[in-house]
Amino acid sequence: MSASETRRNMLEKVMKEHNYEESALLEILHRAQEIYGYLGKDLLMDISQSLNLPPSSVFGVVTFYSIFKLTEPGEHIVTGCLGTACYVRGVEEILQAIEHEFRVKRGETTRDRKLSLFVTRCIGACSMAPNVIVDEEVIGKATKEIVLERIKLALGGIKIESR
Amino acid sequence: MNLGDIQRIAEQELDFQRAYTHRINVCCSSGCVHLGALKVLKAFEDAVKGFGVEKDCKLAKTGCFGTCSVGPAVIIDTIGRPARLYEAVTPEKARRIVQDHIILGLPTKEMLFKNAAFFQKQQRLVLRNAGRIDPGRIQDYIAMGGYSAIVRCLATMTPQGVIYEVSASRLRGRGGAGFSTGQKWGLVARAHGSPKYIVANLDEGDPGVFANRTLMEADPHSIIEGMLIAGYATGASKGYLYIRSEYPLAIQTVQRAVAQAKSMSLLGTNVLETPFKFDIELRFGAGAFVAGEETAILASVEGRRAMPRPRPPYPASSGLWGKPTLIQNVETLANIPQIVSNGGFWFAKFGTQRCTGTKCFSLTGKINNPGLIEVPMGTTLREVVFDIGGGIPDGRKFKAVLVGGPSGGCLPEALLDLPIDYDSLTKVGAIMGSGGIVVIDDTDCMVDTAKFFTEFCVEESCGKCTPCRAGLIRVKEVFDRITNGDSRMEDIATLEKTGGYIREASLCGLGQTAPNPILTTLRYFKDEYVQHIQNKTCRAGKCFREASQ
Repeated sequence: MSASETRRNMLEKVMKEHNYEESALLEILHRAQEIYGYLGKDLLMDISQSLNLPPSSVFGVVTFYSIFKLTEPGEHIVTGCLGTACYVRGVEEILQAIEHEFRVKRGETTRDRKLSLFVTRCIGACSMAPNVIVDEEVIGKATKEIVLERIKLALGGIKIESR
Repeated sequence: MNLGDIQRIAEQELDFQRAYTHRINVCCSSGCVHLGALKVLKAFEDAVKGFGVEKDCKLAKTGCFGTCSVGPAVIIDTIGRPARLYEAVTPEKARRIVQDHIILGLPTKEMLFKNAAFFQKQQRLVLRNAGRIDPGRIQDYIAMGGYSAIVRCLATMTPQGVIYEVSASRLRGRGGAGFSTGQKWGLVARAHGSPKYIVANLDEGDPGVFANRTLMEADPHSIIEGMLIAGYATGASKGYLYIRSEYPLAIQTVQRAVAQAKSMSLLGTNVLETPFKFDIELRFGAGAFVAGEETAILASVEGRRAMPRPRPPYPASSGLWGKPTLIQNVETLANIPQIVSNGGFWFAKFGTQRCTGTKCFSLTGKINNPGLIEVPMGTTLREVVFDIGGGIPDGRKFKAVLVGGPSGGCLPEALLDLPIDYDSLTKVGAIMGSGGIVVIDDTDCMVDTAKFFTEFCVEESCGKCTPCRAGLIRVKEVFDRITNGDSRMEDIATLEKTGGYIREASLCGLGQTAPNPILTTLRYFKDEYVQHIQNKTCRAGKCFREASQ
């Protein structure tokens, strides 16, 4: 079975578990994003047909919630937490440093598709603010220097073991 | 499993726990895990084995104690001795602690948590089990008296009797608005329509707040039991627990807890072999602040865009799929089991006359002891910031405290002696919200802070009603002018006027409270606005950046 068939089968299983019900649309989209990495147009058309929903309502839901990605993210993902505590503790400066250093704007991906920079509103780790997530690792009490270093390591192919 | 089995499990578990002299509780909540708690847990396991004291020591992977600033935190409970809290534990320190505390019987003094004041002013009702039980073991919860309240309801109380106790407690909803819980339950119980639903709200979208997350990670069964009791009292047979997808550990914890409850027939068609039917399904948020609003959360549970709708009809009569629905914040629900166990009048003794009980707050920002706290209603902001929070770090000066997140207000030093409750906070222009307290010092700019919250609300506005959608953008434009040096004094009046319109004319809570940070900063820190406009300077150095670059 090809990779794309495997993914499609996984998605089918998820939809079946939820009886193809409209009320499970969010759950199905969450899982679809886990399986595919992002929610492309064809995928959304597929889901809307399977659930017997107009494509407009599926697109409406996807674009309403900030967690869903419509385009394929880069190989590495950096997410800055823009919660109040992180903001007060200076995450903005770190974000600007990342934008400057790697020539990427928040919400976008570098031209070589190696790095995407996102912001999120609060991951709830406020007592360790400011927080920046590099791939899977949450860096608490982050500084410009530490974060830039970690990103460079990640880009260089060195996987950092989560503490 | 029947009603008597809960008591039996509790006794068995207590016997099992008493066989150990020491119980080592390692906080494995999100914060401490990021700081290396899992390695600390492993180090304790190794040390306990290394010293050959496995028979005396029980290791537990617990939720949060609230001392997030000094994680990873470890509490050692020794029979006959006061519990000891160790701070900033590392794998190396773990071995030393086992040697000193367990083998020699002398706590390692220099590693103990030193800030006694942190706990002195707290009253832990909701967080009673947080950090003391393993959230992954239902037996731990049962041993602490868990699920005895639902047993009591099913065995001896009528649904009306349960509502009577909840009304007597005078508990008010902890989600922010502070509506009487007993009254709400009565409305749903009397509403016509079947089936009825319960929605437990854990869409903690306020940036800077993590109280509900921590509660779920520490004591998920108290929320499940609260939902069960609410279901019994109101006649609901199905509960949806709506949780933010940004909280992976909390999701994992609650999924496991629900599965355990199902396997012990605490959930299902015959709860504990009685005719009472109740089941819980999880729903995951997807990053929308407005989804915490009660009509928006209904749309989201139904799988649609989280858009609020006008009320009436209220969810109590027409909620999920048009059926009567009870929506409660998870902190409210976690209060319920003890109200049933100890009686409503017992609960009403805590807090103040108009606001009974306690409130959990996440304390963050420029503060020495950030963390999760629980205080009786009526505690003053000064006690929270200076006694529990330990004041401002780096010798800086306190400037303001932001209460209630982006819908809350920025309160100055002059209001620090304000007792915290729903009514007093509303009076000064803030709200209780979901319990976020962010402290800011003199290196922060109030104009910039208000602008930050406005930008947040602009992004999170669902766009349904014009005052919120268009009004907030107008306000943001004014802020852009003020912070770029392109403003006039009339802009202050524009902010006040527009803020007032948005508050009065918006459809839901998001729009109605969005101007709070703007209006409170104008009310208490007007001089900073004047300085920005007239002198084009920002004392904190946060604004006019683009102009100078």
